[in-house]
Amino acid sequence: MSSLVEISCVVNGTPTRLAVPPETSALALLRDHLGLSGTKYGCGEGECGACTILVDGVSVNSCLMFAVDFDGRTVTTIEGLAVDRASDPLRQAFVEKGGVQCGFCTPGMVVQSRHVLDKHPNAGPDEVKRGLEGNLCRCTGYKKIVEAVITAAAAQSAAE
Amino acid sequence: MTAIERYLAPAGLDDALAALAGGNATILAGGTDLMPQINAGKVAFRPILLNIRRIPELRAVEVGQGRISIGALVTINELKDNPVIAKAVPLLAEAADHFASDQVRNMGTIGGNVANASPAGDTLVPLLVLDAEVELASATGRRSVPMAEFFTGPGRSVRRPDELITALSLPLPRLRTVSRFVKFGTRPALDISAVSIGFSATLDGGRLSDVRVAFGAVGPVPMRGRATEAVLEGAALDAAIIAKAAATAQGEVKPIDDLRASAWYRRELIHNLLGKVLSDVVSR
Repeated sequence: MSSLVEISCVVNGTPTRLAVPPETSALALLRDHLGLSGTKYGCGEGECGACTILVDGVSVNSCLMFAVDFDGRTVTTIEGLAVDRASDPLRQAFVEKGGVQCGFCTPGMVVQSRHVLDKHPNAGPDEVKRGLEGNLCRCTGYKKIVEAVITAAAAQSAAE
Repeated sequence: MTAIERYLAPAGLDDALAALAGGNATILAGGTDLMPQINAGKVAFRPILLNIRRIPELRAVEVGQGRISIGALVTINELKDNPVIAKAVPLLAEAADHFASDQVRNMGTIGGNVANASPAGDTLVPLLVLDAEVELASATGRRSVPMAEFFTGPGRSVRRPDELITALSLPLPRLRTVSRFVKFGTRPALDISAVSIGFSATLDGGRLSDVRVAFGAVGPVPMRGRATEAVLEGAALDAAIIAKAAATAQGEVKPIDDLRASAWYRRELIHNLLGKVLSDVVSR
């Protein structure tokens, strides 16, 4: 049994101290130790994007990340975006455009969309489609998801 | 699974090299290859898990004395978006744009892509045609190894277990350099290439010199196409030379059948894609 490693990080705005096994994935830490089950386990190898989170504002597959590497960093999950005022237009657009079918890919889609909009505030279809390449929707509901993100980009730009 | 006895995340290169000295450490950078390989049982943890991500000098991008040095920790998205890299070695930035997904590009590093030594690694073909050298450091010294001599088999290289890749060093391309990278797979994103081709040469007065051709996913290691280069070196790119080069390339690659493509199909792809690349160079 490996010994635990002490880390401190900020998770969804809350400074957090944790002792984690070094081989644990960031996804397992979030879901099993912190109870943040909004982040989903899809493929476990970085192909599907269901486990997407933001680390220091940049999107990553949490299934590929080692939890010990959270040390000193700022982590945002779908639970953080759920109460993020700046993401109101994004969440609303997913609802209004019907960008949700079974819902399993939705947390990853929303988190990756947040990153796409942060990088491209005026994102159009091309930026959105390329930005979401790493997120699979098993219902194949891509059209409405892409529409939702483009709508959110327009709503954000109008609000500014 | 072997248990990790110690986790280290040093802030200095010397500390990292000291930890590596016994050859008992698993190196962690982006994690995008390490985690799936551990989960699939393809690699086992060594007693020390060495996270090198806290070492600032491994992130440096420097241009000087006719070369660009790209730190091992530079991520694939940084290759794509860093204006210094895009200006100095556009071929590398272009290849980065074809790499996996945004999330993986945010994590994965150029040093990791080289260390992992996949025959299909997306940065390796452009690094080969750009005459990159792999900068290696250990507690006992430093050395640099040309990319063309670095790989020894799938997942294997001349890097010793006590050595760390610190950077990739590339000569700045000369004036009138033309370069291309093409990758063929079943979808643009997240696909491991069925084949990839890199091409670079000086095009002056209609003739090619300093020709470099490299192929990915058509042999045990990413390979230079030496016979194809010989056909093109000093030649004027006309239809006959393009046809001869494409046929030579088709003959010199050594692909296998796997789930992504048959060996026969890969040879056809190499023939047709190289012809297309060379025709495209002529038409510009």
